[in-house]
Amino acid sequence: MLFKKADAPYLKDYSNVQSMMLKVIYALIPGSIAMFWFFGWGVLFNLAIAISVCLASEAMMLKFRRRPVEPALKDGSALVTACLLALALPPLAPWWLVAIASLFAIVVAKHLYGGLGFNPFNPAMVGYVVVLISFPREMTLWTPPLGVAGGWPSFTDAVAIVFGSGISTQALDAITMATPIDILKTHINMEHDIEYVRTHKVYGELFGPVTGVGWEWINGLYLAGGLWLIKQGVIDKRIPISFIISLVLISNFLSVLDYASYSSALFHTLSGGTMLAAFFIATDPVTASTTPRGRIIYGAGIAAIAYIIRNWGGYPDGIAFAVLLMNMAAPLLDQYTQPRTFGKSEAKS
Amino acid sequence: MLSRDKTWVGNDNGEHSFHGGIKLPGHKDLSTQSPIADMPACDVYTVPLNQHIGAEGEILVKAGDHVLKGQMLARPHGMVSAAIHSPVSGEIIEISNHRFPHPSGLAAPCFVIKNDHKDEWIERNPVGDDYAQLGSHELRGLIRDAGIVGLGGAGFPAAVKQTEVGITTLIINGVECEPYISCDDMLMREHADEIIAGAKIIAQIIKAENCVIAIEDNKPQAIDAVSKAINDDDSGFIELQVVPTIYPSGGERQLIKIITGMEVPMNGLPADIHVLCHNVATSYAIYNAIYHAIPLISRIVTITGHGVQSPQNINTAIGTPIKDCIEFCGGYRDDARALIMGGPMMGLTLDTDELPVIKTSNCLLVTTPEDMALPASKSHMPCIRCGKCVDVCPANLLPQQLYWYSADRDYDRAINLNLFGCIECGCCDYVCPSDIPLVQYFRHAKSGIWEQERERKKSDIARQRHENRQARQDKQKQEREERLRKKREALAKGKDSHKLELDKKKALIADALARVKEKKAKQPVKPKNTENLTEEQLEKIAEADRRRKKLKKERGDQDAV
Ligand code: SF4
Ligand code: SF4
Repeated sequence: MLFKKADAPYLKDYSNVQSMMLKVIYALIPGSIAMFWFFGWGVLFNLAIAISVCLASEAMMLKFRRRPVEPALKDGSALVTACLLALALPPLAPWWLVAIASLFAIVVAKHLYGGLGFNPFNPAMVGYVVVLISFPREMTLWTPPLGVAGGWPSFTDAVAIVFGSGISTQALDAITMATPIDILKTHINMEHDIEYVRTHKVYGELFGPVTGVGWEWINGLYLAGGLWLIKQGVIDKRIPISFIISLVLISNFLSVLDYASYSSALFHTLSGGTMLAAFFIATDPVTASTTPRGRIIYGAGIAAIAYIIRNWGGYPDGIAFAVLLMNMAAPLLDQYTQPRTFGKSEAKS
Repeated sequence: MLSRDKTWVGNDNGEHSFHGGIKLPGHKDLSTQSPIADMPACDVYTVPLNQHIGAEGEILVKAGDHVLKGQMLARPHGMVSAAIHSPVSGEIIEISNHRFPHPSGLAAPCFVIKNDHKDEWIERNPVGDDYAQLGSHELRGLIRDAGIVGLGGAGFPAAVKQTEVGITTLIINGVECEPYISCDDMLMREHADEIIAGAKIIAQIIKAENCVIAIEDNKPQAIDAVSKAINDDDSGFIELQVVPTIYPSGGERQLIKIITGMEVPMNGLPADIHVLCHNVATSYAIYNAIYHAIPLISRIVTITGHGVQSPQNINTAIGTPIKDCIEFCGGYRDDARALIMGGPMMGLTLDTDELPVIKTSNCLLVTTPEDMALPASKSHMPCIRCGKCVDVCPANLLPQQLYWYSADRDYDRAINLNLFGCIECGCCDYVCPSDIPLVQYFRHAKSGIWEQERERKKSDIARQRHENRQARQDKQKQEREERLRKKREALAKGKDSHKLELDKKKALIADALARVKEKKAKQPVKPKNTENLTEEQLEKIAEADRRRKKLKKERGDQDAV
């Protein structure tokens, strides 16, 4: 009898890129629901716009590059990029802002660098930073969370803000508000202390017992989704753990030194995009370091840079910049953190 | 790790463990339901001359010879080589090239033996318990002459490894970590005493201080049998160690790390850290050689997979056609897809079953789509750098980067990342979500590097040859020219006119020289730099002098007028 030949190993794990990406999407769901709950329709609009633009530009780029479209679209990587971007952008961002960010993420950051696996920079963060630099005012268009200052706008208002210019700047100003991290930084730079902001008659309402209203829920649910991903083996635990521990250590050190001007570690870990970054953005395998020790340094590096920008930088949240800076460092980290090969007396660098 | 119940990613759990590894579905039950069966005799056996690592043996018989069972057909030739014996009594039909299970798939010399079904043994003089009186050298000689090679799969001649210098620990490997294979398990269940006896022989040869038999914890019956045998053996010298079931804990280097906590140097041997590792089947073969004077002419083979009707272990002669073995086990099922010699992680697919069982055939696995889907397409997803391969690599390499450089043929970088530390276990390949055939890339890179090395050596040799030839040619050319010149001279001498002219000239020169000498003798002061001049120059000078004299004479005449 004759048989087919093949190359060992013949056994294969059932994991594949598509199922990994899908699991990332599943893990994002609880946190996104919380986002929607607290920030309203804008969150859904962002998701819808980002997903359609990302998938369309992915298909377009694959066509241009004469690559098979269907398998690449199915791998889910563009979908993940779209979701991360949508969840990082402010919920009342105009539609074109989301579209530009998505387009940049897929076309420039991903495909012009060679597509999945070859992009040195996290596509979602490239898209985010491009619009952050180009349209700084729009990037602060956050609504106050549910239950604060009238809460998020109605569906029609949201449609008007996102898709048209049907609302005046004054009216817009009336329903938008910066994020707690942003407000704190602005006031601390004005030599006010944290207590002043927390008891402020306008902003005070934004703050809950720990952090900004709603943010502890959102971060908590991202954390839960992230832990599930670790358990599923989709992401490597080293990056989020080292990210969170470093953030806690740095923020705790400074807040103990000067609690009036530096927020607590708990505030930092449960504010803004911390958990989204820790479990979903920094863990993007393509752009992170691949060695075990490299990943620990990578996570810690993002935390340190993000903290610096959060407190002293010119942008509301520094995570995107921190991720991109560490993306740049990743090849170097890989090179200098090569593990010691079995039977070798010491690792070569 | 995605399907958590199926894969488990190990980690560096301390000294007596190795980095990485994976938990694989075992499928061992398939072939352990019945005791080891004896494969009935066949009519024709094909015994390859080279079934081991090392040099081919020296052939002792010729076509047409009648041979006895156990008769040596080829004796070891050189340091690393193994003897080959006849599995049956009968006639050597031919010694010719046939294909046998080998990665190259090429045909190589084989003894084709027709069984006379008389089962006539060659005369045997077993050493038995008297081996204790023999020295290491003699025992090694017996093992060498019995053609025993490592039966775990590598096929390295056993005696060569058994150096008695500086080995303290003997490890008998009963781990058998690859899925489906159960021949060692069954052997331990049924022949534990013999394995222990074999281990003691090896221990005596290498003067080991301790001996550990290692078994994976998924083989409770084998563990029971071996621990009973150890208890019955009153020497108290042999220990049993149960190791966790993690692929590839049966890899020599990984097992040594688990047992001793020490790592075999990447480019070194277990002997470098005073360890010798033998498979349980090798130990059993050594027992047979010493106690029964039976050379390695049969082995236990696992016939398994969902593609065979009744999977089981069989004791079969080396050289038996694989086809017959499968038939003995009920034949193929309709959905049989692939035939693998060895396990599903490191085995070799065979394109036909018309090949013989050889010394290293531990398992014949017939797969169906139910067992595994053979990697179908050549295309794979790009590497997403997820690092899963890094987490599972027992050699602690960076497979993802090795892949990058191997695919790029950037061999220097790959070597720098210790490509040659890769044991080709396939763990990285198994977990890769992009389904990249990583091991294939590594194998290609390795053979590419060897090829380059060979080419380089070859080109060195070629250059040397070229230079030698050049030198030879130059020399020949010179000689030829020399000969030609001489010939021409000889010819020239033959021509009289020439000779006369030459003589005249010579005479003139001699004249001139004589005159110059005369002059010199008369004039103590050297008027001209006439030393070290050639004859022509001298001749010219002489002529000039003559002219001058003539002029003087004329002038003198005029003056006188
Ligand atoms: S080679 Fe495969 S397992 Fe390794 S990092 Fe790339 S995608 Fe992941
Ligand atoms: S095949 Fe090589 S690189 Fe891959 S896991 Fe095994 S030793 Fe590591």
